[in-house]
This record gives sequence, C-alpha cells and structure tokens, in this order.
Amino acid sequence: MKKNLNGKIALILGTLLVFLYGIFGIPKGVSGAALEQAITQRIHLGLDLRGGAHLILQVVVKDAINAETDNTVARIEQAMADNHLTYTQVLKPDPNTPQTIRIEGVDPLHSSAVSSELTDRFGTEYDIASNSNDHSFTLTMKPSVLADLESRTLDQSIETIRDRVDRLGVSEPVIQRYGLGANEILVELPGVEDLDRIKDIIQSTSRLEVHEVAGNPDGYASEQEAMTSLGGAIPPDEYLVHGDPQGVSSDGSDRVFLLKRVSIVGGRDFRDASAIGPNDSGRQGVNFVLTNAGGQRFYDYTSSHVGSYMAIVLGDRVKNVAVIKSAIRDNGQIEGQFSKEQIDALSLTLRTGALPASIIPIEQRTVGASLGADSIRQGVIAAIAGTLAVMFFMLLYYRGAGINADLALFLNLVILLGFMGFSQSTLTLPGIAGVILTIGMGVDSNVLIFERIREEMRAGKGAAQAVDQGFAHAWVTIVDTHVTTIVSAAILFMFGTGPVKGFAVTLFFGLLANLFTAVFVSRVIFDSHLNNMKAGARISI
Amino acid sequence: MELFTGVTIDWLGKKWYFLAFSLLFSVSGIISMGIHFARTGSPVPLGVDFKGGTEVQVTFTETPDVNQVRNATNAAGLHDVKIVSYDVPSKHELLISLPEQSDVNVDSSRKQILDALHQHYNNPILESSVQAVGPTVGRQLEKQAGLATLYSLVGMLVYLWFRFELIYGVAAVVAVFHDTLITVGAFALTGQEISLTVIAAILTLVGYSMNDTIVVFDRIRENLRISRREGLADVVNRSINQTLSRTVLTSGLTFLTVLALYIFGGKVLSGFSFALVVGILIGTYSSIAVAAPMLVAYQDWRMKRGKAATLPAAKRSR
Repeated sequence: MKKNLNGKIALILGTLLVFLYGIFGIPKGVSGAALEQAITQRIHLGLDLRGGAHLILQVVVKDAINAETDNTVARIEQAMADNHLTYTQVLKPDPNTPQTIRIEGVDPLHSSAVSSELTDRFGTEYDIASNSNDHSFTLTMKPSVLADLESRTLDQSIETIRDRVDRLGVSEPVIQRYGLGANEILVELPGVEDLDRIKDIIQSTSRLEVHEVAGNPDGYASEQEAMTSLGGAIPPDEYLVHGDPQGVSSDGSDRVFLLKRVSIVGGRDFRDASAIGPNDSGRQGVNFVLTNAGGQRFYDYTSSHVGSYMAIVLGDRVKNVAVIKSAIRDNGQIEGQFSKEQIDALSLTLRTGALPASIIPIEQRTVGASLGADSIRQGVIAAIAGTLAVMFFMLLYYRGAGINADLALFLNLVILLGFMGFSQSTLTLPGIAGVILTIGMGVDSNVLIFERIREEMRAGKGAAQAVDQGFAHAWVTIVDTHVTTIVSAAILFMFGTGPVKGFAVTLFFGLLANLFTAVFVSRVIFDSHLNNMKAGARISI
Repeated sequence: MELFTGVTIDWLGKKWYFLAFSLLFSVSGIISMGIHFARTGSPVPLGVDFKGGTEVQVTFTETPDVNQVRNATNAAGLHDVKIVSYDVPSKHELLISLPEQSDVNVDSSRKQILDALHQHYNNPILESSVQAVGPTVGRQLEKQAGLATLYSLVGMLVYLWFRFELIYGVAAVVAVFHDTLITVGAFALTGQEISLTVIAAILTLVGYSMNDTIVVFDRIRENLRISRREGLADVVNRSINQTLSRTVLTSGLTFLTVLALYIFGGKVLSGFSFALVVGILIGTYSSIAVAAPMLVAYQDWRMKRGKAATLPAAKRSR
C-alpha cells in the first residue's frame, strides 16, 4: 500500500523556504558577500561574538528623590509665606532618607491652619504627621509615590542615555532595565572599543545649575574658614561647594562657596549650550539657553534680586559667580576654561536633557572586534567539524537511513537559525552551546528511531511495519526527553539573564525544530523510500 | 554496521563498583572544593564574572616578558596582580587581572594597569578585551544563575513525576546533581576558573544527562508493562542493555562534537568545552550507574518495609 506523501513533502519544502527566508530575508544577490550581508542583517550576534562594550549602570535614585523633595521644600516655604504662617525652618533632617521633610517651630496658634494647608497641597504625595510637643510637622513621601518616582527616574535615565547614544552614532545599541539588581541599566554598544569618551558622555550628569550665593560672593579659602565665619554650622538650606580653580579665582587657588541648596534653575530647565569664542581676557565661554518655563522662573528671580550674586554650578563645581545686573530671561553665558571636548559634551548632554540622577558604572566589559571574530571563527570551525564528523558517521553506521538523519539535521539547523532571524534573538557564545546540545539531541532522536527499527526488524517484522513500530515506540521517548528539556529551557529563559538566557533561546527553538525534523521529516523520507521499494525488499539501515 | 546487539551485561550486579566509583569522584570533588574553600573562601576558582575584579587582555608588539610586566605593575604600586600569558605565544598576549574592587569606580583598575604598562613600554599596547565587574554585580549574577538552574531542575522533576512516578524524577535529578558535582569538582581540582560560559556548559550537560536518563527510564517503563512477572532488577538490566547501543552511539557522537570544540575551540572556549568533555562522560555513566540502580534500591527499600512489591512504574503510555 502506498501512501500519498505529496501534502507532507509540500509542507516540508514550505517550511524550508520559510525558515531560509528567516535566515537570509530576500538577499540582494546570490554572491557570497551578498548572502553574508543578508545573514548579518537578520541574525544578531551578541557582543561576545562581534565585539563591543557592555556596561551595567547603577542609577543613584536618591538624587532624584533629593531633587523632588528640595522642590517640595521650596513649595512649602512659599505656601507658608502666602498664608502668613509662622515657623522656624523647613529642612530635610537625614541625608540618608531624602524622602523626609520637617517643618520646625510652627506657631501653635497656626497649627491647624498649617495642617490643613499641608494636607491640601501635599496630602496626595506625602504622609503628614504632626508632633504637638515640639510643634513640628513631618512629611514623608508615600511609598507608592516613592516607587513611582524611582521607576520614572529609571525610565527617564534610559531615555536620556538612549538619546545620547543615538546622537553619538552607535548602531544597534541595547539600553534597557537590568533585572538582577534594583535600579540598574544594561547598556550594550556593539562595535565600540574605546569606551572612555562614550562612557563620559553617557554618565555625564552635567548638572548645570544656577544657585543663589548665600555667603561671601568671593568665597572662602577653605571649608574650615567658611564654617568659622558661619559660627560653626551651615544652615540646613545651604551648602558648601568648591569652585573650579580656573573659573573663579584669579590665582588658580581653591575657593569654597556657600550656596542656597535649592537651585534657581537647573537640569531640565536648560535647552542648549554652545561655545562662544575667547573674550578679551582670553577666556572661552559657554552660551546657554533656557526652556520657556525655566526662562520665566529665571526672569522672576533675577528681576527681584538685582544686585545679588548667583553661582553657576557645573558638575558639583562652581564655574562662575556673577552679580545680577538686570533681569535675565532665557539665555546667559558662563565664562571659564573649557576645552572643546567639554563644551561638546556639555552641549550634547544639555540638548538631550540632563539625567535625573547620577549614574555609576558597576560592570564594564569590552570585547575587541578581533577577539570576537576569533571566537566566532573557532566556534564555527569546531561546530562544523563536529557536525560533519557526526554526519559522516551516521552515513557509515546507518547507510541509507544515515541520509535521513543528515537531512533532518541539516533542516534542523536551518529552522533553528530561521527562528533566530524571525524572533530577532541574539546569538551568543552560550547560544552556540545550546546549538551543540540541540545537535546532540537531534542525532539522539534519529539514533533512537533507527535502533528501534533495527530491533523490530530483528524481531522479524517487514520493512513497513518495522518503520511504523520503530517510530511509534521511539516517539514516546523523544517526546519525554524533548519536553523535559524544553521545560527547563523555558524556565531558564524566564529566570535567567545574559548568558543563561542566550543558551535557553537556542535550545528552546532547536528542540522545537527537532521534534519536527527528527520525527516528521525523517518519517516522510522513510515513507517515500518505502513507496518506491519492491514488496519484501529490505531497507538500508 | 551494528554494535552491541544482544548484550546481556548484569549492570546491577556491579552496583557496588559503581557506588565506589561515584563516591570516589564525588568525594574527591568535594574535598578539592573544600581545600579550595579553605584557601580562597570560595569552593571553586571563580572568573571575574562572579567574584568581581578587573581582567585586561593586552596585546604587545613583541613577546612580553612576564617578569618585566610584573616589575612595571609593582612599580605602580599595584598588588595582587595576576599575570598569565594568554593563548599562543606568537600573538604576544597577556591576561592581567586584579582582584575584587569597590563598586564605586569599576574602571579605575583598568586605567591603573594600562598606565603602569605605558610607563614601561613605549610601543603601542592594544587592549583586546576588558572585563571589570563590581562585586555586587558578581554576587547578583551568581545567585541568579544558581536560582535559574535550581528552578529548571524542579521543573524537570515535576514533569517526570507527571509522566512517570516521583521516584523517577528524584533519581534523574540525583543523577544530574551527581554529574554537576563531579564536573564542578573537576574545575576545583584542575584549578580552572568557572566563568559565565562554563555555566552555559554545565546547563548543557544537565540537559544532556537528563536526556540520557529519560531514554533508559522510558525503556524500563515500557518493559515493565510488557513483562509484569520479571523482577525489577532484571527489567532494568534488560532495558539498559537494549538501549546500550543507542547510548554508546549518541554519547560517542556528542563526545566527538565536544572534543572537536575542545581541540579547535581555542582559549576562549577551553573552560566551556572542558566542562562538556567531563560532563558527557559522567552524564552517560550516571544514567546507567546512578539513576537506574536508584530505582531498584528504592524498590528494595519499600519491600523491606513490607510495602507494595512492584514499582508503580508506568502511569500511562501512548
């Protein structure tokens, strides 16, 4: 009895075509170079294979919380002043818990008015507690608001970093949350070998801020001197900042300035910065432009503070101290010694928006492109050598049926790579390990089936029946081995990161492909062979 | 061509030899891990991936003198620097590493190493690869890789429980654990570092060993259904013998692939393929010598306690 196999053969050829498309897409030509180009467009190689830089960055979310509560402190002061409520001070008592704000010395007569005012304005974001003993109020950011702020900070950092990396012209970067620790970002930059410059720009907070100068506008010679002149303690809403020696003092010595903690404008208030040529005194400067909202705030402040001093702070250094001569709206200049690179980096970071928090690299790897190419070459040579040896042996040991196995193995690899192309997965070195296990299990499936067919034939069954029984028995085993390993690959994929995941991906796809090739395809080849055989002939196995 | 047809080896009769063999290797693995633990505080030599630290692969224009490089780093005040010549001498490569550093600035060690070299070598030095891992990341990675592996073992156990019986799942997982222990022990013994790629290799051998064990188990289940009167030990023996030609063939072929990787794969893959070479040998052995005898031992134990004599083997088949 002959089976009609046309439908099945069409299915196999169709699968072959679909997955070949998955690997190559529609190639521009059939030359070797065109095919190679087509493959590299579809199959993404991991950094370990193509070379590049890999960074894990820790986002210091505390910075963002600080900025948020600083802002709240300013709003509280404003609200108290608007309503003529008396108090001694608003401060953040503990630098380690920046989410807590205290209002001290509230006039007991105003207590209920303060309470309702605070609840009205800040009740949705803060838990408010009052202490009648020392007439203080404590505002603590609600955990949900805090979590939301942290998450937003992380997203904003990722956005900003992506924007910066794009502007630097790195192709196909990966920038995403990194699952292992809290507030970490994974950055992968293919082809980047000199990380220093790029890393500086990525992590540059370049927090350009303008602060009101609280103490001596010429600064103090040292922190100690500043402390002494303040009577030993710094007011809680003020802080000390060192000056950039080349910017603020004529003789290049270190100066310390006392500034108001809350900036007048800063961070995302800036829209752009550009270099301006050396002025009369031979100093290079930076011209900055504020956003509309920032400009409005700057105007409000400067128009009411003519004659006061303001400090321009860049990256925790005072770059310049200037007296406010008249109201300034939306642009200004910073004088100082800047190198071309510094200004370019500043301009780029301002245009992409400042990072909401500072960033610390906690892991850094670079793989030279040549090293990546070496491991590819060696890995591929080894894989091909191994596969060819296996294929040759299958032919030797199983003769005719060996062709089945070899075809199935070949198709398996095509489907596996095709899957990789379709799903945009990344092939890494551990991924190659997954391929090796797949090849091993693919061969194993064929060996299981063939050994079983041989057994059935030894038991005296005819060719067709032996094939039938062999497949039926081996099928149970193959399902068990494959499902077990697919389960484990799926779990590794879900819980794993990086290399573990890379391994799981190829293994998962490979085993799915294997179920199809080793069982279905190999069976169809057997059946078509049986169709063409004379009755009673033996099959070559 | 056919090998191993009609073999009738009494595998279970050799279970004491197997036990002795497995114990010998497991215990020597554990001892060498113990020694390593006492010396360094971790049971196996860990790569920078896990323990944190900086590793710079440097290419010189001519074959560098390790002592001279060490003088350079010593002069720069860098202590605990490890210098090994990397790969083939003609490439003039050195691998220079510094142990764990703080999370604050992971890049500083690399700069220190390169500064030290630049002061002593005028000719251009190329960095072909740099790894700088802060200790926090390493610990996270270690924990996460361990957990993922553990979960996947549990997943496999549950599936085998569902398809066979709990004892089959337990036996298979014990066998896999045995293989992992011995392979990791081999790393401690030979002083090779466990890196992330080695973890991938260990996962591979887990999958491989599991596959091997299930093939034997499947045959046991099938044979138990056909011949209910035969003792379990005989059924297990026969099942192993029937699948022996498949076991030898598959293992042999996979071993061939892995051996190719070990020989041609180069330095980058050496730890990886070493794990597989050891793992496949042990994985094949454990399916026959650990997993299957455990089924018999479990049944003997049940019989001694006067419970059901036959192993409740097959839940279902298709």
